[in-house]
Amino acid sequence: MSETIGMVIISIGVAFDLFGCIGLVRLPDIYNRLQGATKCVTLGTCLILVGVLVHSGGAMGIKALLCAIFVLLSSPTGAHALARGAHRSGVKLWKGSVMDKYAEDQEGKLDQ
Amino acid sequence: MATRIFQFLIIFILWLLLTWSLAPQEVIVGVALALLLSIMLYDVFLQGSEKLVQPARYFWFLLYLPVFFYYVVRANLDVAYRVLHPEMPIRPGIVKVRTSLKSDMAKTFLANSITLTPGTLTVDIIGDHLYIHWINIVTEDPQEETEVIVKRFEVFLRRIFE
Repeated sequence: MSETIGMVIISIGVAFDLFGCIGLVRLPDIYNRLQGATKCVTLGTCLILVGVLVHSGGAMGIKALLCAIFVLLSSPTGAHALARGAHRSGVKLWKGSVMDKYAEDQEGKLDQ
Repeated sequence: MATRIFQFLIIFILWLLLTWSLAPQEVIVGVALALLLSIMLYDVFLQGSEKLVQPARYFWFLLYLPVFFYYVVRANLDVAYRVLHPEMPIRPGIVKVRTSLKSDMAKTFLANSITLTPGTLTVDIIGDHLYIHWINIVTEDPQEETEVIVKRFEVFLRRIFE
């Protein structure tokens, strides 16, 4: 029983990873792509790891759960660093973007 | 001193969980590594360790988890919808919001929570201001933006970390 549930959870996780990858291809600029990459891929990967926990249990399950927590903590931090670095090195927002307060404030220099 | 002991214990317990074995060689390496790391990371890790022993904070953390996961799932369905929709209904931009949280730990968690929830990605934190990339801007009024993006987490994070 737990094997079946584990497999179902892993399948849902893979589906979310797939959506994340489609987003990575379809969305227009780096900031939007990071949105797809962080949200869908984080939840997808966490679901796969939780699926492993339900499927196998025991020592492997505990390790999978710890990995899920690390992914949950590190993936948004990584996305934040990438977005900040991209903006500071001059990557422009997509032409359809509505506003860019970060550039208006010159990356925070005017906000001191 | 208490901070160092907490730090040592946390790293050591993590090590035990990850190796999942009580063989002497594993435990000895674990103790050595935990000691080394807790000495090296003393300045950057766990400021204000007295907060670790206040049970009310854990209670609020447990309340925060379901709220957080609800928004994470909603964020994923939202992004999946925008990505799979043939016309890609996006209206992106970077907005600036203000937070009333003070401690670094709380701000970090706020930024991470914002990144994982519907349509928003923290680009930078400068003082009290967060710069947030929003995939679908619904309003151009900073007050409302703060309301929509920040308020739903601030209530919990203030009680957990401050």
